[in-house]
Amino acid sequence: MTVNLSTISSNPALVLEANGLCCVRGERELFSGLNLRISTGNCLHVRGENGVGKTSLLRLLTGLSKPESGEVLWGNQSITLDPIAYHHELLFLGHRDALKEDLTALENIQMYAVLDDVALPQEKALAALWRFGLRGRENLPVNCLSAGQKRRVLMARMLTRQAKLWILDEPFNALDTQAVQELQNLIAEHLSFGGLVVLTSHQEVSIPNMQVLEL
Amino acid sequence: MRALLAIIHRDLLLVMRRKSEVLTALFFFVVVTSLFPLGIGADTALLRKIAPGVIWVAALLSTLLGLHRMFAADYQDGALEQLVLSSQSMVLLVAGKIIAHWIVCGLPLVLLAPVIGIQFDLDAGSLSVLMATLLLGTPVLSLLGSIGAALTLGVRGGSVLMSLLILPLYIPVLIFGAGAVYANSVGLDTSGHFSLLGAILILALAFVPWVSAAAVKIAIE
Repeated sequence: MTVNLSTISSNPALVLEANGLCCVRGERELFSGLNLRISTGNCLHVRGENGVGKTSLLRLLTGLSKPESGEVLWGNQSITLDPIAYHHELLFLGHRDALKEDLTALENIQMYAVLDDVALPQEKALAALWRFGLRGRENLPVNCLSAGQKRRVLMARMLTRQAKLWILDEPFNALDTQAVQELQNLIAEHLSFGGLVVLTSHQEVSIPNMQVLEL
Repeated sequence: MRALLAIIHRDLLLVMRRKSEVLTALFFFVVVTSLFPLGIGADTALLRKIAPGVIWVAALLSTLLGLHRMFAADYQDGALEQLVLSSQSMVLLVAGKIIAHWIVCGLPLVLLAPVIGIQFDLDAGSLSVLMATLLLGTPVLSLLGSIGAALTLGVRGGSVLMSLLILPLYIPVLIFGAGAVYANSVGLDTSGHFSLLGAILILALAFVPWVSAAAVKIAIE
């Protein structure tokens, strides 16, 4: 399984590469010898049946779990060498929304901005929430929002995070058709600014510069 | 530094929005320590003798009640993953969570101790020694507890296992904390007790945040 996704890039540092990744969960080997390479402005869509190892692959790419063998490289350097610098460039959104239910949407966004070392004035945070249809709900505790609205808060976080690499696990879940379109636009915008995206989804997605990896 | 303050602020804000969990632990401390004078009766000499031990044991148990909250909620909603993936050192964030836990579960015990002490007929000197030992000792309880809370993340029946893991580690703090109050009441020098409590606190401060951060990373993997 090899995917090679490269366009001519002005900044050679922005390449995410995986060499010979092998993932074992319990007794089962999910995949082995997996190579991939994504460079600036490209999107990788990981597809496959349930339980085939999509989420495990994404977690390996973030460095949350360690591969059985093989390595993940960011800009020709293993991500285990300087994890903090890598995490600064990385935004990972998993199955769970990681929003604190008792805090408001605005407080959640601002808290993550501080933790991620991103300067985020209140107007900018509000503008991001408003862009995704949360005007008037920014000061409601997140547990008052619907599942789709929580995903919209996450879209606001993606917009304000200023990360180069987005790793998104099922980002289209629980979104209505309009929000799916907005998220696709957001991803396309990110790619056009030279970002990189790895995502999993069971839906058909239309994003420019997208390649598919079938697990 | 900004991230440390941010995580403390976040945890305190979350506690303020959901006060019942914390109040339960404090109420437990007050009730348990009040039951002893009621059960034993008006034998002031006996009460004065058992006071340090009873108050300290109640402090250990009520700290234990609040411990599982330290990481479990963040683990369940995925926020802990985000903390590990944030561009901050995990040691710093774990230290922030420990400080927040102490402000919520340890500091109130120090402040409540004089009120509780009056029920045991402790004099002013003993009360101040009791407060000072709690001030040095409760941070150690939060620090050591964080290791247990991190190690039992995602384990079914984790809170029972955590009690078994952590309570033995609390024994030195209990011995020197209660011992200082007793020594003071019989007119002995307490500086040795305080030096040892201080040494335990410094030792815990120096090692525990690293150990807990490592345990959290293992739990997330």
